[in-house]
Amino acid sequence: MKFQGKVWKFGDDIDTDLIIPARYLNISDGSELARHCFADIRPDFAKDVSSGDILVAGRNFGCGSSREHAPLAIREAGVSVIIAKSFARIFYRNAFNIGLPLLESEEAAEGILEGEQVAVDLTRGECKSIVSGKIYTARPIPDFMRQLIKAGGLVDYIRGGERKL
Amino acid sequence: MTITEKILALHAGVDKVSPGDLIEVKVDMALANDITAPLAIETFEKIGTKKVFDNEKIALVADHFVPNKDIPSAQQVKLMRDFAGQHEIKNYFEGGESGIEHVILPEKGLVLPGQLIVGADSHTCTYGALGAFSTGVGSTDLGAVMATGEIWLKVPPTIRVEYDGSLPPNVVGKDLILYTIGLLGVEGALYCALEFAGEVIKKLPMSQRFTMANMAVEAGGKNGIIEPDEITLEYVAERSSEKPLIVKGDRDAKYEKTVKIMVDEIEPQVAFPHSPANVYPVSKVGHISLDQVFIGSCTNGWLEDLRDAASILKGRKVARGLRLIVIPGSPWIYKKAIQEGIIEALLDAGAVIGPPCCGPCLGGHMGVLAEGEKALSTTNRNFIGRMGHPKSEVYLSNPLIAAASAVLGRIGAPDEL
Repeated sequence: MKFQGKVWKFGDDIDTDLIIPARYLNISDGSELARHCFADIRPDFAKDVSSGDILVAGRNFGCGSSREHAPLAIREAGVSVIIAKSFARIFYRNAFNIGLPLLESEEAAEGILEGEQVAVDLTRGECKSIVSGKIYTARPIPDFMRQLIKAGGLVDYIRGGERKL
Repeated sequence: MTITEKILALHAGVDKVSPGDLIEVKVDMALANDITAPLAIETFEKIGTKKVFDNEKIALVADHFVPNKDIPSAQQVKLMRDFAGQHEIKNYFEGGESGIEHVILPEKGLVLPGQLIVGADSHTCTYGALGAFSTGVGSTDLGAVMATGEIWLKVPPTIRVEYDGSLPPNVVGKDLILYTIGLLGVEGALYCALEFAGEVIKKLPMSQRFTMANMAVEAGGKNGIIEPDEITLEYVAERSSEKPLIVKGDRDAKYEKTVKIMVDEIEPQVAFPHSPANVYPVSKVGHISLDQVFIGSCTNGWLEDLRDAASILKGRKVARGLRLIVIPGSPWIYKKAIQEGIIEALLDAGAVIGPPCCGPCLGGHMGVLAEGEKALSTTNRNFIGRMGHPKSEVYLSNPLIAAASAVLGRIGAPDEL
């Protein structure tokens, strides 16, 4: 599974309130949530993000609330994959459950710059900077998680009868 | 095995589990609220199962934007209400029967020691105070649980935190957990179970244990847990006729690490914006004037918290220009607070009393902050924009400090009054 896109960079401890502020949680529709993604910290994000773009962040991305509206808003905004030093636990589950892949890599999160074009190979756990050609390795995604992404998320995974571990 | 590992093994139907194992477990209770249920219901319907796995083991609580603040939130609750009606969900709570989910579930005896509970709310970890394994999940997970009654989990390693010594005045469970988060950091317990133990915990009332387990997630924890004891069993016996399952950790249980904290020198803690780990002892806070004080939430909306607040506010007045909002966690707490004269003391002091709900904690409803405003709150999070405008600030403390600060008009301790 491969993705390529432009990088949007974020720092440490990006919490779910920053991803989608609570005042928008009276909405459950993904495309509408996407319009408010990062509304308070990067008001230009929802407008300027392109399909396939990649988020690169520091530690503990997605900490805070269990609101699945957060990964949903990011996915619906067009983001193909998030690379971070680490993810908060509930966010990690939620993202895979809705088919949004995440990669953990200290070096990629350090080395990759805002605005760069990056190619990600999920199966190999590799991120490649298109301009510099530099390759960063990420912690490989467990097989089970890759199957979730391949199925398009937990719903289809269950429907496909692949649920038993 | 640790207490967390034992409960997980039990619900996976295996003799032994170790940290890192992927297991599939049966759940005793699945919970969602008016924000997370709509997406969970969508998932449930996409899966295509006709019936929920057990209509007595699902709790749906309208508590975030209620009484509904606008048309979209009314639509969300309607969707949940209709689903509950269609599937004859026994534990559906709305209106005068409803309160904050993590307060009313224990209060109604719906969560018990030894159980495994998942909820589409990050503070589901609160029930670990009862010696249960409970953790927050997202809506898709919860939707799948409503269909199957099962969920996969990764067995977390356990970090044990032992508290010894004697608590100084005005220091309560909230201070212990804020101090601990300050020590560990907001990702110090990432993917781990946090087990609270030691002589100090054994003496804490249930309300303060709930506060501590509630905030395990603020250190990144998967769950927070306290071994059940006499205090737990007494609490449960008053609320449920079911026999609790008492699970205790083995003597030779393996911990990721053990942190020992002597509490004698700990002061009441204040978390500064914008992180619950950004803590200072109250004497080091300096002059921070406040626009609003909020006492309530699943962290500190318990009866004991309102008692603490009233003990400070009785016969005093809230500082001029400051708004004090108090929200009891449940209708039962509200009623008790009226009977004990707590509500009258708070009203006389100048407080606004809200209906049991989560509203102000997440800046959703009632008590939203304007640009540049500062609030002291007994809630669990002080992220950027948490209670309103992205340029507002939220400080966190226990209810005694919050009440004293409401009178002082700035952050301060009861002994300054």
